[in-house]
Amino acid sequence: MVSVTINHKTIFVKEGTTILEACQIAKMPVPSLCYLKGINDIGACRVCVVEIKGMERLVPACNNVVQEGMEIRTNSPRVREARKINIELILSQHDCFCPTCVRNGNCTLQSIACQLGVEHVTYKKVLPNYNWPQDFPLIRDAGKCIKCMRCIQICDKVQTLNIWDVAKTGSRTTVDVSRNRKIKQSDCALCGQCITHCPVGALKERDDKEKVFTVNAPLSTKKKICVVQVAPAVRASWGEMLGLSREVATPKRLAAVLKMMDFDYVFDTNYGADLTIMEEGSEFLGRIAHKEDYEYPMFTSCCPGWVRFLKSQYPDMVQNLSTAKSPQQMQGAIIKTYLAQKLDVCADDIFSVSIMPCVAKKAECDIPNINSSTKKDVDVVLTTREMVRQIRSMNLDIANIPEQEFDSPLGEGTGAAVIFGVTGGVMEAALRSCYYLITGRNPDADAFYAVRGMNGWREASFNLNGTVIRVAIASGLGNARKLIEALRNKKVKYDFVEIMACLGGCVGGGGQPIHDGQECAEIRGDHLYHLDQTAALRFSHENPDVIQTYEQFLGKPLSHRAHELLHTDHMGWKMPGEK
Amino acid sequence: MSRLNVFTQSKAQRVVEGLYQDLERRITASPPGLCPVDISSSFLKLCHAQTCGKCVPCRIGLGQLENLLEDVLDGEATLETIDLIEKTARVIANTADCAIGYEAANMVLKGVQGFREDYEEHVLNGRCLCHLEQPVPCVALCPAGVDIPGYVALVAEGRYDDAVRLIRKDNPFPTSCALVCEHPCEARCRRNMVDASINIRGLKRYAVDHCGIVPPPPNAPSTGKTVAIIGGGPSGLSAAYYLQLMGHQTTIFEQCQSLGGMLHYGIPSYRLPKERLGEDIDNILETGVQVKLNTSIGNQEGQIPFSNIRDQYDAVYISIGAHTDKKVGIEGEEAEGVISAIELLREIGDGNKPDFTGKTVIVIGGGNVAMDVTRSSIRLGAEKVSILYRRRKADMTALADEIEGAIAEGAEILELCAPKRIETNENGKVTAIYADPKIIGLIDSAGRPRPADSGEERIRIPCDIIIVAIGQDIVSGDFADDGLPLNRNAIVTTETGEVTGIDGVFAGGDCVTGPATVIKAIATGKVAAANIDNYLGFHHVISVDVEIPSARIDDRPACGRVNMTERNSNDRKKDFEICENGMSCKEVTQEAMRCLRCDHFGYGVLKGGRISQW
Repeated sequence: MVSVTINHKTIFVKEGTTILEACQIAKMPVPSLCYLKGINDIGACRVCVVEIKGMERLVPACNNVVQEGMEIRTNSPRVREARKINIELILSQHDCFCPTCVRNGNCTLQSIACQLGVEHVTYKKVLPNYNWPQDFPLIRDAGKCIKCMRCIQICDKVQTLNIWDVAKTGSRTTVDVSRNRKIKQSDCALCGQCITHCPVGALKERDDKEKVFTVNAPLSTKKKICVVQVAPAVRASWGEMLGLSREVATPKRLAAVLKMMDFDYVFDTNYGADLTIMEEGSEFLGRIAHKEDYEYPMFTSCCPGWVRFLKSQYPDMVQNLSTAKSPQQMQGAIIKTYLAQKLDVCADDIFSVSIMPCVAKKAECDIPNINSSTKKDVDVVLTTREMVRQIRSMNLDIANIPEQEFDSPLGEGTGAAVIFGVTGGVMEAALRSCYYLITGRNPDADAFYAVRGMNGWREASFNLNGTVIRVAIASGLGNARKLIEALRNKKVKYDFVEIMACLGGCVGGGGQPIHDGQECAEIRGDHLYHLDQTAALRFSHENPDVIQTYEQFLGKPLSHRAHELLHTDHMGWKMPGEK
Repeated sequence: MSRLNVFTQSKAQRVVEGLYQDLERRITASPPGLCPVDISSSFLKLCHAQTCGKCVPCRIGLGQLENLLEDVLDGEATLETIDLIEKTARVIANTADCAIGYEAANMVLKGVQGFREDYEEHVLNGRCLCHLEQPVPCVALCPAGVDIPGYVALVAEGRYDDAVRLIRKDNPFPTSCALVCEHPCEARCRRNMVDASINIRGLKRYAVDHCGIVPPPPNAPSTGKTVAIIGGGPSGLSAAYYLQLMGHQTTIFEQCQSLGGMLHYGIPSYRLPKERLGEDIDNILETGVQVKLNTSIGNQEGQIPFSNIRDQYDAVYISIGAHTDKKVGIEGEEAEGVISAIELLREIGDGNKPDFTGKTVIVIGGGNVAMDVTRSSIRLGAEKVSILYRRRKADMTALADEIEGAIAEGAEILELCAPKRIETNENGKVTAIYADPKIIGLIDSAGRPRPADSGEERIRIPCDIIIVAIGQDIVSGDFADDGLPLNRNAIVTTETGEVTGIDGVFAGGDCVTGPATVIKAIATGKVAAANIDNYLGFHHVISVDVEIPSARIDDRPACGRVNMTERNSNDRKKDFEICENGMSCKEVTQEAMRCLRCDHFGYGVLKGGRISQW
C-alpha cells in the first residue's frame, strides 16, 4: 500500500493505482476526457492534470501512478486554469453547434465545459475541411473530432481491425481511415464500437429516420403497409436515454410507443430469432450427421459485423458460416412473403423497418443477395439510438402509456429468442432446440447455462444423447481473431461457434445508447436473461407463430422454400478487397 | 555631442539570440516522418519574418507562397496551385535582391521538385503520404532499431545485465557498439530541444563495462536447416546469431584467421580492444555457430567454389565486406614505403606490428580510416605523422572526436593539399610526396565544397612512409562469375536482403551498401536472419523478457551532457590500450536520468514506443 495525500487528505491505496483512481477513492474526482480505462490512457487532452508537490509541471492523472508520500492537489487555481484553457483550446477547434448534435446532452466535452464553467472561448475558431461519404452507414465529422484517439484504440486493441489511424502531422494532425484508404475501400466491420466510445459527436451512424418519419415518408403517406420489427437487445436499453426504469421500459410498452408512431404492424424480431434457430439448428444437425461434407466448425451467421470481419480477414473460412440469414433478414423475408400473402398484398406494398442495436445491420439490409423476397427484405434499419431520438421528438409521457402486445402472426417470441441479444444466447437457444430435435424431448431450459458469461472467449461441451458437441462463444472481434487463430493453428477444436462482433453481444452493440466510460453490456444482458427466465415459452421450437409459419407456408426447416427465403450464399457478395 | 556609440545588445535582442539557439536545437531534434509540405510552409514563415521588406518578390512573394502552401495543406488547392507555387518560387529565386529572398524561394523549389507527390496527395486526396511510424527518434534512427529508451532506463536503475539482454534482442554486438558505434541514435534526440542529446553510447559503455556474464538465450528447437554465411564480420555474425536462436545451424566461412571483419581488422585496438570484441563474438559463438577460418570462397585455387556452398546449404548469406583499398592513381604509388591503410590495419590485426620508429609518415585521406592509421602510426613509433587532405579539415568525413584525438596525439593536418607525385630514391624507396596547394571552391550537388586550383607552387613534403586511406572497395569479382548481379562491385539485393534473381541467396553489409558503419552492417544481418527464416518456411520470433522500468514523471531541468573523455594524449599515444574513459557512476546516473523517455511521453504512449519482438 502507498500513502498519498490528496487535497490534504491522506489515504492508502494499492501500489500501481493511477492518480485518477486514487482521487476517485479519496472522493476528490478529477475530470477526464480522452481517458478510457484499459483502452486509452495516452494523456492527450490534458484535462485530468493535477499538481504534485515538488514538481514544476502539472501531471496527467490518468496515466501516472501514485508514489509513496505524493502530495496531490486536484483543484488548485493552477490546475483549474490549465483545465479550463485546455478545454477552451479543444472548443476552438470543435464544431460547437451543440443543439443539432446527436450527442447534445450526452457529450463529455459539453459536460466538462459546463462543469469547469467555460463560459466563452477566447480563441479564434478553426474548423477543418473534410469530405466523408454521407451514404456510408458510419459517419465521421472531422469538425467535431477532438483527436482523443479512442476510436483508433478501440479498433486496434479490442476489435483488431485497425480501421482508424492518426493522419497527417503538425497542426493538421487528425484521425482518418488508416493507410490512406477511403472508408468504403476499408475492411470496416461496421461494429460501431468507435461510435459508442467516442466522447463527442464526431462519429455516428447514418441517420435514416427521414426515410421513415418525414411528411413524405411511407409512415405518413400511408401508401404502403408500414411494418416494424424490434431486435431482442433493443428491449434491454431503449429506456436508458429516456430516463425510464427497466420496470417502465418494457418490451410491451415499446410496442405501444411504436404503434403511436403509426406503424401498422409492430413485430418482434424474437420471431425471426426463433425461426433462425429452427433453420440454423437443423442445419447444424445436418452438418453433424454428414461431417465429411462440411468445413468445421460451423459459425453462426446472425451478426453482420462478424460476417464482414470473417469475409475480409479469413475469406477462406466463409464456408464455415451457417447459410442461415440473420433474424432481421429472415423476418424481413417472411414479412414480405408470408405476411403479404396473408394480407393479400404484394411485397412492394409493404414498407419494412427494423430497430437494431447495430450499425452493420444498415449495410446488411442493402446486400443484394441477402434479400430474397423482393429487392429488399428490410427497407430501413434504425439503430436503438435513432429510435430513441424519434421517441424523444414525440414528447410522450411514456410511463403513462399502457403496454400493448406485439402484433400477430410475427409478434411471438420465446425466451430463447430474447437471449439472442447477449453473447452466448444464440448458442444456448440453438442447443435447447437441438437437444429437442435429437431426443424428441425438451431439456431443462437452463441446462446449457455454461455458455453464459462475459468472458470474451468461452467454451463448453455437451452430450446430446450420445453426441458430444464442443461449442465456443466469442464476443468482440479481437477475441474472434484469437479464437480463429487457435482454430487455424489446430490448438482448439469445436463443432459449433457463436461469434458476435461487439463485446457482450448485441446488448453492447454499436447502435446502442451511449454512456461514456461505462460498459453496459453485462447489465443489459442480465435483463435479457431475466426476461428469458420469466418467459412463458423458452424453446424456439415451441413458438406458435413459428410453428404456424412452417405449417402454413414454409413446410419444414431447410425446405426448398425455407432455403430460398431464409438462407443465403455468403460468397455471393464481396467485402472491399475480398477476392 | 558624441558621434558614435558602442554597440550593446538590447534585452529583446539577447532573448531572441537565445531563441535562435533554441530553434536550431529544435530543428536538430525534428522527428523523422513529418509532413514535408507542412514543414516547408513553417520554414517559409520563418524566412518571411526575416525579410527587410524592401523588395517585392521577398516582401510579398514569400507571403503569397505561404498562402498557396496553406491552401495545399487545407485541401483548397488544385494541381494548378502547385504549378503556381513553382512559378512564383522561381521568380523570387530569380529576382530577389538578397539571399533572404532567393534562398527562401530555393527551399520551396527544392521541395516542390523533391516531394511533389506529397503536394499532389494533399491536393488530390487531402492526405499526407507521411506517417510517424516509429515515434521514438533514437530508435527510428538506429539502423538495428535497438530499444534505446529501454536500456537507458535499465542503466538508470543499475540493471546492466538486463540492459545487455535488451540490446542483444536487436544487436548482438553491445560491447563493440558501446565503444565504436557512430551513434546515429543521438542525432535527433529530443533532448536537443532542452539542452543536448543524451550520450547514448556512453551509457551503453557503462552497461557493458558493469554487467556480469550474460549468456545468450536458448536456441529454438533445431529446424534441421543449414545456412552458410560467407564472411565473419559484424553482418555475418549478426545473421548467424539470430539464425542460431531461431534453431537453424549456421556455418561461417571466414577468409582471415580471426572473426570480426572490420571490427577486428579495421578498427585499431586503442578504440576497440580485441578482448572486448571477443566478448561479443564469444557470446555469438555460444549459440553453436560453426566457424571455418582461413577459408575463402571463390573460383581460384585453394578456394571453395560458391556453387558448392549453395548446393550444400539450405540458404546462403554473403557478407564479405569491403576489404580492398582504393588507389590514389598518382605516379610512384607502387614504390616501396607506400602502404594501403587496410593492409596496415590487417597486419596489426593479425599481430604483426611494423616498427615506424623514427619514420616520417604521410597519411592520404580524411575519413575515419585515415585517422585510424594516423593514430596507429603514432603508436608504432613514427616521429612525425601528417595527414594530407585536399579539402579543409572541416570537410573531413571522419568523426570530429577522431580528428581531435589524432591532433592531440601529435598528428599534423595538411589541409587543402592534393597529392600529385611520389618521389623515390635510386632504390625505389619513398623519399617525398609532391602536393598542389588548393583553395576551397564551389559546393557540389552533394553539398560538399570542391577543392580548386590555388595558383600556388607545388610543394615537396619529405617522408619515409605514405599510407593511402582514401576509401575501400569490395572484392566480389568471383561472385559475378557465379551469376550474382553486381553494381560497381556491390552485390545487388532487394530491400529484404535477397540477391536479385537467385533463390535462397541473401547478402548484406558493406558488400551491398559499400563501406558503411558497424551498426548498419549489424542491421543487415538482422534483416537477413528474419528473411532467411521466412525463406526456410518458419516464422520464429526474437524477443526478450526484460521488463522496462516505467517512465518517471519528474521534471527534467536543463542539464549539461556528459561527454566522454580520453586518457592523457601523451600516455595513450605510446600504446594500443583503449583511449576512451568510461563515465563515472555519478555521471552515468545523471546522464541516464536526462532521457526524456519518448517511448512513453508524447506519441509513444499512443502508438507504443516499443517493438518488443521481430
